[in-house]
Amino acid sequence: MKILILGAGQVGASAAYHLSREETNEVTVVDKRADVLRELQDRLDIRTVVGHAAYPEVLERAGANDVDIIVALTDTDETNMIACQVAYTMFHTPTKIARIRSAEYMNSKQLFSQDAIPIDVRISPEQLVCEYIEQLILYPGASQVLDFADGRIRLVGARADRDGLLVGQRIATLKEHIPNSEARIAAIYRNGKPVVPDGDTVIQENDEVFFISDRKDIRVFMSEMRRLEDPVRRVVIAGGGNIGVRLALALEHTNQVKIIERDPERARNISEQLNKAIVLVGDAADEELLLEENIDSVDVFCALTNSEEANILSSMLAKQLGAHKVMALINRVSYVDLVEASSIDIAISPQQITIGSLLAHVRRGDVVKVHSLRRGAAEAIEAIAHGSPEESRVVGRAIGDIDLPKGASIVALVRGNQVIIAHHDTVVERDDHVILFLTDRRKIESLEKLFQVGVSFV
Amino acid sequence: MNWTAVQRILGLLLMMFSLTMLPPVIISLVFDEQSWLPFVKGFGLTLVAGLLFWLPVNRSRKDLRLRDGFLVVASFWTVLGIFGAAPFLFAPDLSMSVTDAIFESMSGLTTTGATVLTGLDELPKSILYYRQQLQWLGGMGIIVLAVAVLPMLGVGGMQLYRAETPGPVKDTKLTPRITETAKALWYVYLAFTIACTVSYMAAGMGWFDALCHAFSTVAIGGFSTHDLSIGYFNSTAINLVAIVFMFAAGINFSLHFFAWRYISIKHYTQDPEFRAYTFILFATVVIVVTTLLQTQSYDAPGQAIIHGMFQAVSIATTTGYVTDSFVAWPGALPTLLIFASFIGGSAGSTAGGIKVIRCVLIYKQGVREIARLIHPSAEIPIKLGNKTVPPRVVDAVWGFFSIYVVVFSIMMLAMMATGLDQVTAFSAVAATLNNLGPGLGDVSSGFMTVSDAAKWIAVVGMLLGRLEIFTLLVLITPTFWRH
Repeated sequence: MKILILGAGQVGASAAYHLSREETNEVTVVDKRADVLRELQDRLDIRTVVGHAAYPEVLERAGANDVDIIVALTDTDETNMIACQVAYTMFHTPTKIARIRSAEYMNSKQLFSQDAIPIDVRISPEQLVCEYIEQLILYPGASQVLDFADGRIRLVGARADRDGLLVGQRIATLKEHIPNSEARIAAIYRNGKPVVPDGDTVIQENDEVFFISDRKDIRVFMSEMRRLEDPVRRVVIAGGGNIGVRLALALEHTNQVKIIERDPERARNISEQLNKAIVLVGDAADEELLLEENIDSVDVFCALTNSEEANILSSMLAKQLGAHKVMALINRVSYVDLVEASSIDIAISPQQITIGSLLAHVRRGDVVKVHSLRRGAAEAIEAIAHGSPEESRVVGRAIGDIDLPKGASIVALVRGNQVIIAHHDTVVERDDHVILFLTDRRKIESLEKLFQVGVSFV
Repeated sequence: MNWTAVQRILGLLLMMFSLTMLPPVIISLVFDEQSWLPFVKGFGLTLVAGLLFWLPVNRSRKDLRLRDGFLVVASFWTVLGIFGAAPFLFAPDLSMSVTDAIFESMSGLTTTGATVLTGLDELPKSILYYRQQLQWLGGMGIIVLAVAVLPMLGVGGMQLYRAETPGPVKDTKLTPRITETAKALWYVYLAFTIACTVSYMAAGMGWFDALCHAFSTVAIGGFSTHDLSIGYFNSTAINLVAIVFMFAAGINFSLHFFAWRYISIKHYTQDPEFRAYTFILFATVVIVVTTLLQTQSYDAPGQAIIHGMFQAVSIATTTGYVTDSFVAWPGALPTLLIFASFIGGSAGSTAGGIKVIRCVLIYKQGVREIARLIHPSAEIPIKLGNKTVPPRVVDAVWGFFSIYVVVFSIMMLAMMATGLDQVTAFSAVAATLNNLGPGLGDVSSGFMTVSDAAKWIAVVGMLLGRLEIFTLLVLITPTFWRH
């Protein structure tokens, strides 16, 4: 597939990295900064074009004439929108994806129709990050909560500790523990390596367990993995930027929210937007301020400022002062590895969250959703099974009979509103949403092929 | 330094290169000659050497870094020159010394075209074919070929490609994937080779001569299957075909690629380097032909025109074919042609020399200095077409030029130290460093008469010229080896 990425910023560069790793993709990156592009081309097998991303001449030089997908990820919303408009009008690009940051544009849905600004998919990293944190706060103890089928089914990642009911036991005993509801363990990571789970696998302390279940059963299963934590009540957000304010708005009615902002003007501004949350003016790394605001009884401390170093340091400080759980927004992948092992409970990587939603639209076959896990090593995929039993290699077959590539497993099906946890004899029907877990991302291509309907269908 | 990755790729490349010794075996069987044994021996030796390199580290999966690329390319070309010499050494008809065999093999691979062999017409066809094939492989670059056919090189492919491709700007890819770019270049190259073979046949050559000369024409090499080179055929049609294909092979191959993909000649006419290249060749041809006509060096004016054109294009593009002894031409002509070979062909072509684009940039800088003297406060960027050239590229061009001059001077002094006279030494270095082939004085028809020491200097010169000096020079700087 020919892909044109506009903007070589953090998200643009990591999108180029993920996409160019797949053999069949041909990636071209456009940016104004020649030095950034040169550095990127040294690392990745891509082509780069220097120029303004929305100019027709630049797009033409980048081969916009025959690209399949254009992904606009420059810093400015306006450039992204115009680039998609130009691609649509002049080059008839089939799929146009753009990052739109400001909520003002995002909220006006009629703006993005084919005869206005033709963008097929709009990605708002702030919104995605905000939703992601919200889920983590809703399910304390989880390290990752991912939605499938519009939130009807969720994939939850949690680190097993010694208080989990299932720890030290075979997975098959799960049924005896909770007879009424169903869940499935999709993957286990032990010391960073995937373990293929079956009924006889014994869960050990410190395993990172990914399980999938109906959203109403998540709390019950969490208790199987680790001691159930109390629901989060008190939340402190450091940084009153876009993400911080969005999160405060989403949480202020259910939780006790405090938000710390350094700039007094910005603080007044956000205090006008918020109704219940308390806005504090000050430095998030100010020990006095944190103590004053009873940091030791805070359930979750979220550092969401623009500076990742400040986020890391202020959340380490908060943790030391007694905050129960700290999260930090971190862009650099190498930092994520560094801090997650030590004092910070959860590192939130906006790139990785954005990439996941981006990848879904680049996949062939009818892939609805892709979540990238463990820094891109694994993927959870939601795909729709199309075609009749004769045409499809999936429809009409029992899961045990489907020829899945190694490292891939089907974990659940969503049929209409019904969630079916996968067993080897469950038969896939037409238009089922199939949720798959893939521990070896090199097998993505064969997985995509599996879900493409045979030639006879066309 | 990533030793295992370097070793693994070297092994792979050697094994790949060993396969190129099999076509001469077929040629030998076709012509029913008993000369296939040296090639089978060469094949076995190269294959085993490659295996010995590759086997211990074949599980290594590390990517090449920028520096490793230089190391792979430079050491591979060196090793290639040695293994490429194996069939010459093994062939009983030739009875060549090690020095001669390596000289011949390096001269082939670097598309120089200088030879130490005489009596080519009597040699077995398989050996003649092998020499031409060496040139053909070296023309577009055997590493570019490897990048095209060995998908496992991945990102490392870009580092190798950069270290081998000539020209000041090496980051432009024709397609997003380096493998596809390398493939595209080789397809264009292959297409030219086929077209050239067919044209030669149409102009009256036999298929074997046509194929062999097509190999060395599109590679801008200059080896021939006859002692008299193209002059052996004494045919105007063949001369014209050669002129057209030498001219085409001296153009940047990415222009050919775009012309072929978009079916338009717009890309040629808009390219500043192409225009300068055409202008320089045209001017050289005009000067040579008028001088020949004026001095009445040939009896028939038609002869003067065709020989003048042929020799000007052949030497200025650094091919090195001869139809007539241009060394004996009057006045400044022989030296003028040698000077033209310094400019050489375009970047990204198979030609040698400093490359037209660099000369254009240097010339423009000179003009800018003059303009600055007249308008001291003017802001004058260096432009190519309508685009400003980044100062980084201009700097690199100056760096290249100064190193070229230094290397040239040192090599010329070294050549003179081995006992050559000044004209011979000057032209011998020009002929090898520019990958030209024929020189003046004692080396006008080949390097048979010079001493072994001079031959080794020539071997180094050819390698420096083909890899554009820097790839080889970075290896001898201490910073390269420091961690």
